[in-house]
Amino acid sequence: MHSKTILQAKEDLRQKKYSAVELTEAVYQRIDSVEPKVQAFVHLTRDIALKQAQTADQKLAAGEDAPLLGIPIALKDLICTQGTRTTCSSQILDQFVAPYDATVAGQLKSAGAVIVGKTNMDEFAMGSSTENAWHHPTMNPWNLERVPGGSSGGSAAAVSAHECLAALGSDTGGSIRQPANFCGVTGLKPTYGRVSRFGLVAFASSLDQIGPMTKTVADSALLMNVIGGKDPRDSTSADVARPDFMKALERDVSGLRMGIPKEYFTSGIDPEVERSVQEGIKTLESLGMKKVEVSLPHLQYAVATYYIIACAEASTNLSRYDGVKYGHRSQKTDNLLEMYMNTREEGFGEEVKRRIMLGTFVLSSGYYDAYYLKGQKVRTLIKQDFENAFEHCDVIVAPNAPVTAFKQKERIDDPLKMYLSDIYTISANLAGIPGISIPAGISRTDGMPVGLQLMSKHFDEESLIAVGHRFQQNTDHHLQQPSL
Amino acid sequence: MKYEVVIGLEVHAQLKTQSKIFCSCSTEFGKPANENTCPVCLGMPGVLPVLNKTALQLAMQACLATHCSIAPMNRFDRKNYFYPDLPKGYQVSQFALPLGLNGYINIQMNGTRKKIGLTRIHMEEDAGKLIHGENLGSPGKSYVDFNRTGIPLVEIVSEPDLRSAEEAREYLTQLKAILDYAEVSDCNMEEGSLRCDANVSLRPVGQEEFGTRTEIKNLNSFRFVQKAIEYEVERQTQVLEQGDAVVQETRLYDSNKGVTFTMRSKEEAHDYRYFPEPDLVPVVIGDEWIQETQDKLPELPEQKRERFTQDYEIPEYDAGVLTTSRAMADYYEKSVSLYPKPKIVSNWIMGELLKELKNDEREIGECSVKPEDLTDLLKLIDEGTINAKMAKTVFEDMYHSGKPARDIVKEKGLTQITDSSAIESMVDQILQINADQVEQYKNGKEKVFGFLVGQIMKESKGQANPALVNKLLKERIG
Repeated sequence: MHSKTILQAKEDLRQKKYSAVELTEAVYQRIDSVEPKVQAFVHLTRDIALKQAQTADQKLAAGEDAPLLGIPIALKDLICTQGTRTTCSSQILDQFVAPYDATVAGQLKSAGAVIVGKTNMDEFAMGSSTENAWHHPTMNPWNLERVPGGSSGGSAAAVSAHECLAALGSDTGGSIRQPANFCGVTGLKPTYGRVSRFGLVAFASSLDQIGPMTKTVADSALLMNVIGGKDPRDSTSADVARPDFMKALERDVSGLRMGIPKEYFTSGIDPEVERSVQEGIKTLESLGMKKVEVSLPHLQYAVATYYIIACAEASTNLSRYDGVKYGHRSQKTDNLLEMYMNTREEGFGEEVKRRIMLGTFVLSSGYYDAYYLKGQKVRTLIKQDFENAFEHCDVIVAPNAPVTAFKQKERIDDPLKMYLSDIYTISANLAGIPGISIPAGISRTDGMPVGLQLMSKHFDEESLIAVGHRFQQNTDHHLQQPSL
Repeated sequence: MKYEVVIGLEVHAQLKTQSKIFCSCSTEFGKPANENTCPVCLGMPGVLPVLNKTALQLAMQACLATHCSIAPMNRFDRKNYFYPDLPKGYQVSQFALPLGLNGYINIQMNGTRKKIGLTRIHMEEDAGKLIHGENLGSPGKSYVDFNRTGIPLVEIVSEPDLRSAEEAREYLTQLKAILDYAEVSDCNMEEGSLRCDANVSLRPVGQEEFGTRTEIKNLNSFRFVQKAIEYEVERQTQVLEQGDAVVQETRLYDSNKGVTFTMRSKEEAHDYRYFPEPDLVPVVIGDEWIQETQDKLPELPEQKRERFTQDYEIPEYDAGVLTTSRAMADYYEKSVSLYPKPKIVSNWIMGELLKELKNDEREIGECSVKPEDLTDLLKLIDEGTINAKMAKTVFEDMYHSGKPARDIVKEKGLTQITDSSAIESMVDQILQINADQVEQYKNGKEKVFGFLVGQIMKESKGQANPALVNKLLKERIG
């Protein structure tokens, strides 16, 4: 039961093959058996979930319908849920309980979803391996010695290990797509502004976006129907009509132009990753898509630009964790300055502190123009690169990460190497365009999943869904399972 | 050496909105601590600001009423610093692209008009308030009240155009009047809805270049602004005359001791790390909206002042006093409509009415004597029931008791004596007692006439009709 997709489970529930409570219990049984190895969750909300499942069953019995009625879903632990903890995998928020639901959490609940628990992540979404997590790291279900990617590594691992039917993650520089890639699941980062950020604990406000992490593209389409849309509580959510993303599943993709950015296939890419991506491109050609070469000349500046802008925003977004109102407060508080310094020294992990310092530096007077302002200008150039490229193609097809999931602790002491794991995903965030990672094969050298990344124009998630779904109908990469 | 004083003021005015600038919490003053709060203004994790459109509308009114041009593209910035009353660790403000630029207001100093430039007007959110434990019976602890957090403010920054503490005070008076007229702010200093920082420097007379300035922060009354500047000018003069240099720093004013003192030096100044607030989208203000706001602006103090001098033919000084607040101007106009002798009404308001209000430190809106009551009193004079001198006594009574003039006149038997025979007998009596003075008068000392009138009025306890006294006396000693 736990290995079903959302669409399969919905159909089974409708046909009364099993109840929502049975499905939820099956998921928790699975969690009980694999979670000691995977450690995908920060905390579980079993009691609440079972009540939600009971309610779902009553509604199902009464013939009511809702898009996610009785479907067990996990949330990354930076999406606020009213009445249960939201920790961001940080000591500083370890006991924080929000008195409000994030807009997406409310949307999932209204759609009848059963919230299984809150998944692990790199602290405040800062990282690419889910090792920067205060409680514990998360393991890759495909190989427990390897990282699940990050920062939404808990969500990716939970979906991959069938500890939930689907999950929500957030993506600031690749944090949905890279772990989806590493764990062999589907991960969609929507257009900036498509999904409300209200209740998403901010890392970098101009880059953060919530998105689905699922077993199939079709399930992502279904989740997008629930979570997309303008939110009056988020000024940056776009006033763009939400299409029926399920309709995109029926679209024909033959004749669509796929742009292959030459800059994505240069040095540093693992040969097995390149092989899977090239095979993926051939598959898409076989579906009638036309290959065109495009250029994104400013790609080389993307990582630097990203770390300037993201850290600048993060450094001020995280100022509110000062020990005054909520969260951790140091016991060493003889005066105000000491309270601030000790609270933040104790409460934040190394990577978070590193980024706060980086961000504080780039915004400091005397450095602002050279870093932050320059970064914003390069960001505009990167955006223009994509606009130019999309004049010649409908979707861009590229690798998602240069390597497969690396080993635990392999990169944790080398921040620069860690930052480079996001080299292919970062520019979509800088440009604000949507991107999806779909499973595209297994590396023959290490047996780890490889993902294929598709990107499209602003608010054209439908093309990603159409192409991704057609790809999954014609391949079985997404059906490969880790042997836990 | 002779020094010229250079002053620029930064005024924070609370915008008159029902709800806060980025959330729907009430702005009502005086609620129990932290009652007017929600996750958004408390800066909880994951929450986002949404701009209150009314706040923007009022800020635009402030800009247009002070001749500022409105920036078509508006953006907010984060001003970063740590303090327990600032829940997010940054204040959302406007730094790079303020709403209004290059305005001015006119002030009147000794009868001449002076234009004071406004550098900029921008919007921002207020911070909360710290309450230290000794005030709550728990010394050593501090508490935070976030009710003020997120209250919408405009900061109005003047050019360094002011040249004395009196000019600074006059500028504030005019600015307050404008904000009051334009319905932007209540400007209630006691509730903190108008606050002022003053930048003060000296330079040798004739020198172009500005001297080193100090900033005096958080002055919460016009009187303190004036006093603090006066003190600071004196202090800087002494520093310079001793051959020392003024240190650029931020100072505070101690209103009990009447002195300013160092708060922080330039070296300790914050680096606020301003950058564009990514949680808010830029607001584009179209010409249409600006025009609509401009058209809806009510008559402003300066226009009203001019109209009063023209339409009512009262002196400019009178018009200036009568237009210091909208309520006062309305009071005057209502009174004139009921009693169309504008200068007499003006004299009464500026004289008796303002004297009483000043004694009580009350605003005209709180006055129990309404325009109807005042003009009824004035009509009693015209009708001859009482004379002007009696009317002043009656007014005092009206002001304190709240009773109508006619009732007071009746109760106290204050009716004017207009009976010729009664007055004639008083005239006789006075002439008899003052035979010497009558003699002097007849010998050409005309001033004595006034003395005699005074004596007769005194005899009548002020109740004789002065015109009749004059007439009858003239007939007798002609």
